[in-house]
Amino acid sequence: MVEQEGIGRYVAHVVIWIGIAIVAFPVYLAFVASTQDNAAIANGQMSLLPGGHFFETYYRTIFVGTSGSTREPVGSMMFNSLVMAMLIALGKIAISIISAYAVVYFRFPFRMAIFWLIFITLMLPVEVRIYPTYKIVSDLHLLDSYAGLSLPLIASATATLLFRQFFMTVPDELLEASRIDGAGPFRFFWDTLLPLSRTNMAALFVILFILGWNQYLWPLLITTRDDMQTIQIGIRKMITTTDALTEWPIVMATAVLAMLPPVFVVLAMQKLFVRGLVETEK
Amino acid sequence: MQKQAIFQSRWLPYALVAPQLAIVLVFFYWPAAQAVLQSFLVQDAFGLSSTFVWFENYRELLSQPDYFDAIVRTFVFSFAIALSSLSLALLLAVMADRPLRGGTLYRTLLIWPYAVAPPVVGVLWIFMLNPSLGVISHGLRTIGIDWNPLLDGGQAALLIVLAAAWKQISYNFLFFLAGLQSIPKSVIEAAAIDGARPTRRFWTVTFPLLSPTIFFLLVVNIVYAFFETFGIIDTMTRGGPAKATETLVYKVYQDGLLGGNLGGSAAQSVILMIIVILLTAVQFRFVERKVTY
Repeated sequence: MVEQEGIGRYVAHVVIWIGIAIVAFPVYLAFVASTQDNAAIANGQMSLLPGGHFFETYYRTIFVGTSGSTREPVGSMMFNSLVMAMLIALGKIAISIISAYAVVYFRFPFRMAIFWLIFITLMLPVEVRIYPTYKIVSDLHLLDSYAGLSLPLIASATATLLFRQFFMTVPDELLEASRIDGAGPFRFFWDTLLPLSRTNMAALFVILFILGWNQYLWPLLITTRDDMQTIQIGIRKMITTTDALTEWPIVMATAVLAMLPPVFVVLAMQKLFVRGLVETEK
Repeated sequence: MQKQAIFQSRWLPYALVAPQLAIVLVFFYWPAAQAVLQSFLVQDAFGLSSTFVWFENYRELLSQPDYFDAIVRTFVFSFAIALSSLSLALLLAVMADRPLRGGTLYRTLLIWPYAVAPPVVGVLWIFMLNPSLGVISHGLRTIGIDWNPLLDGGQAALLIVLAAAWKQISYNFLFFLAGLQSIPKSVIEAAAIDGARPTRRFWTVTFPLLSPTIFFLLVVNIVYAFFETFGIIDTMTRGGPAKATETLVYKVYQDGLLGGNLGGSAAQSVILMIIVILLTAVQFRFVERKVTY
């Protein structure tokens, strides 16, 4: 064993705690601001300790919204974000797992061509084809709809590749065994392959949910109606007005609420999160 | 790379790939093709007809000083973000990669910012560093620094880099920690027996063994800085002051909002596509090397 230098160990603890402080400070400050009075913050007289307006601010944020800029309750923005994130995560997993199944367990003309067509989508994020995609979505009358929010973001190959890789490692004997039991392609998929893929699906879900919840540029372009706003868009609109008019406690409460679901997912499902992150390399 | 045990069916495989294929064709290939096609066209003033002009849109775009500045700026931002975030994350990972009490707690406390959305990152940082009410700006002013990122382009750029690097620490930390833990302990011990001190051990043994991870993360971070910083820039500076924080993606967005020059906007998209494809190609080459490493 390499020697454990006494001082080095203390240094390590100190350095890590400084790192944690750097990482946590902006969030702590946001929480503190969300519990204080707007006038104090606007004067630059903000205290570094939580104030007494916690319930008042969060009640107003979730159920009422700001009085100026958007006037949309953050509760409904969170609902939109949730629907979008779930559609992206579940939609992508569903269409990817069946297409990976087809590519791995069947031989058919154009199999590799189709695989490559899907594979290439890995390369280009939606940001680079943003306006042409906008035009299509608008031609299909999908602006301000959940389908418009999620479909273009489902068009990517990460999940398909992951499932394909996983299916390749599933022993052939399993298929032969279930065939002897008289199972067709549907039964085999449902009774054997899906249960085996559970961990992979969960890890992927964690990553895709976070990516979906945190989408910004795309929802910014295609939502025009206030009631279709996601929380990420809502928070931006709240600070558009000049400094003096910005209701900082509500903005900060919205920031805290916007962080809660994805951070909770990371912390509660840490093992799956790390696994999903390493596998998708996203 | 092929399964021996397979199913036979004439129609089923097509039905299974159909949903994904449809979405990919409609929302990926069609818009990408449109962008490429439009980048070669010029529309007349009424948008009624268009003429094929070869690379005229590209020539015009690249001759704009604004566009050239945005390219340089984007690369400078990317490297600044990648390097600052990578070095801090590496330091933390090296510190965490030893049998410390509270090791798993430390990991938990360091990884969660991955889940914070870019626009939220922007809001958090602009609040801390807002010239009139930010807590940190207050401190900066008391020590005599004239801090105003809303007017000073250099300070605005610094703000973007800091915020973007902050968000990426956790991602880099996780991959560095995994990389460090996969280095065989025997190699480090051998160096220790040879009498190498910890610092020397790090630079001559650990760091070279970590180089595949570093290279992989460098590419990922540059791609991140290209695209994910959009939300940070849009909530903090909107590309200003005086375009000091306008990156390529931000410029595509802004020029598109103004409307008008469809061909030029499409040419911008295509150039971005080419940059991403090049970066991805570099990354794939690296992945191949990692296998033989």
